[in-house]
Amino acid sequence: MAIALKESEELYLQHFRDFEEHQAATVPEWLSDLRSEGMKAFAEMGFPTTRQEDWKYCNVAPIASVRFQPADYQLSDRVRRKVEEVSCAGADGTRLVFLNGHYVEELSAVREVPKGTTVTSLAKALMNEEGVSAHLGRYAAYKTHPFVALNTAFLQDGAFINVPKGVALEKPVEILYVSTGSETPWVAHPRNLVVAAQGSQLTVVETYMGLGEGAYFNNAVTEIVAEDNAKVDYIKLQDESTEAFHVATVLAYAARNAGAVTNSIQFGARLGREELTSVLDGEGAEAYLYGLYVTDGQQLIDNHTTIDHAQPHCSSREFYKGILDGKSTAVFNGKILVRKDAQKTDSKQSDKNLLLSETASINTKPQLEIFADDVKCTHGATVGQIDPESIFYLRSRGLGLEEARSLLVEAFAAEVIDHVKFQPLRKKLKASLLAKMKR
Amino acid sequence: MLLEVKNLHASVSGNEILKGINLEVSLGEVHAIMGPNGSGKSTLAQVLAGRDLYNVTRGEVLYDGKNLLEMDPETRAREGIFLAFQYPVEIPGVNNTYFLRAALNAGRKYRGQEELDAMDFLAYIREKIKLLEMDDSLLNRPVNAGFSGGEKKRNEIFQMAVLEPKLGIMDETDSGLDIDALKIVANGVNSLRSKERSIVVVTHYQRLLNYIVPDFVHVLSNGRIVKSGGKELALELEDKGYSWLDETVPASERA
Repeated sequence: MAIALKESEELYLQHFRDFEEHQAATVPEWLSDLRSEGMKAFAEMGFPTTRQEDWKYCNVAPIASVRFQPADYQLSDRVRRKVEEVSCAGADGTRLVFLNGHYVEELSAVREVPKGTTVTSLAKALMNEEGVSAHLGRYAAYKTHPFVALNTAFLQDGAFINVPKGVALEKPVEILYVSTGSETPWVAHPRNLVVAAQGSQLTVVETYMGLGEGAYFNNAVTEIVAEDNAKVDYIKLQDESTEAFHVATVLAYAARNAGAVTNSIQFGARLGREELTSVLDGEGAEAYLYGLYVTDGQQLIDNHTTIDHAQPHCSSREFYKGILDGKSTAVFNGKILVRKDAQKTDSKQSDKNLLLSETASINTKPQLEIFADDVKCTHGATVGQIDPESIFYLRSRGLGLEEARSLLVEAFAAEVIDHVKFQPLRKKLKASLLAKMKR
Repeated sequence: MLLEVKNLHASVSGNEILKGINLEVSLGEVHAIMGPNGSGKSTLAQVLAGRDLYNVTRGEVLYDGKNLLEMDPETRAREGIFLAFQYPVEIPGVNNTYFLRAALNAGRKYRGQEELDAMDFLAYIREKIKLLEMDDSLLNRPVNAGFSGGEKKRNEIFQMAVLEPKLGIMDETDSGLDIDALKIVANGVNSLRSKERSIVVVTHYQRLLNYIVPDFVHVLSNGRIVKSGGKELALELEDKGYSWLDETVPASERA
């Protein structure tokens, strides 16, 4: 299966030609241009290597060396059951469901959406919706990031959500990516665009759920735009299967007085890399970034976050936590960038880690780049074990050793999960955490 | 006999702290163990609760006729031993009520009793919390997190009231309490006194024993019980101070 790096890049190029040919007649010009630029950028950059600072602890050779084929899918009862099991939208909720990266109308439901609001698959939106071209590809940097470039080249399916001025969606919109492994490793490039117009408000839940065995690769990009005074709550759950690769780039853009809350929770994948960038590009904008990664076995989970303070009087809070077991490795790299004009910036960052085994390891690195002179920025990182005093205290009251341990781990994680405001999802997340700890 | 400690020796990282403790506690009795700092009082309390920091090197402990030292801490708890900690541990993120119910039900399950559901449990602890004059809101807070020193100590006795142990061991529960809090704690403990329960009060000061009047007082010095007597022994200690004990230490032990 292993192939040379150049060869796998060639393969993507070949797939791109097939893809382009297949699409040719129906595609608007701006879109084919965007894709071509994506492909060109990827061909120039190629896959990153550990010689690059940003990829130092994240060796993507396992991804580069697999001959992934474009994803195909087959709907089965097992998939249907899984969707009902993991979906948090509820009976009257709105959800977009994808199988191996392809939109599945039959499993999706768009209900009770206020007038003027669009919730649809990106593939449809690319053909009809005017709001797409104004935003798509404007935020995620495909020219400098190889995986974003690759996603942009193949962008086709995903979610498009557009909430008009002043509209508040009461219930969350769920975007659910179910992936089934197969004998032939496949790759999909989910692409999501969420636009919250002036003064609007919504919650988006983006979930990746793996099913069964076999390698696959989800290379996702999500662009979120919160225009003036808009509030976006974004929750991402990554629970891919143990042989899966997951690379995701999330870009949340907040304009004047807008608020973007992101909550990123990662349980799954053999190799998971998430780059989350929060841009504060208007006075008074606020960003909250919560994150939880729970790893075991041979997993590698890499979180790269950037908070880009581009304008004055913005505030950001970042709170990430990791729970590491087995021989797993996690990386946290949290950059706070305060640009020259961003005076009165108020930013706090922390990354706390709990090591459950002696063979797990964490590389945590805060990174401050401050070009303004009147700012308040703090950061901190901790790595520790479960406190034996706490274990003894719980046992001395009658709780068993395992129960005491899981209670303490759960409590550690709760400080992140409790920030998820949508209660049904919070419950599911706690259940998933417990399930993950037992396997 | 509920508790029989026979020639108990225990050490921590090679230093012997308990050097042959002998103690017998019958059901329904209240014993006070007094002694100066470093005499081994807290070590004895923790060894009885099963803290693995200490190595028991010699001796034995029978609890209800069973070999206590072979039991892990949770089994001791489920068998009815409760240690009120000198320094209660803060556990952020774990809800007090949830924790207490899990603890109570672990014991009930062990003893073959039916577990209490959330509703029944709540009714049960509402009664208990009045005993310690504690605010209901403490129940919904994380275990000891952000509690004041006095609140933590009260919470320990509250837990004891909820778990209804056969043997309650209080490790310097009086330290750091003002007189009002001390009275509340003492009232709580006194209300738990019964023919079916023994209490061992470990303390440095006689003050607490004005409120929790013991049946027996033991003086611990340098890892041994050097004197035992009735409640009047505590007053004697208060008068003379611990230096008076030096005379009671065998000549061979004196430097």
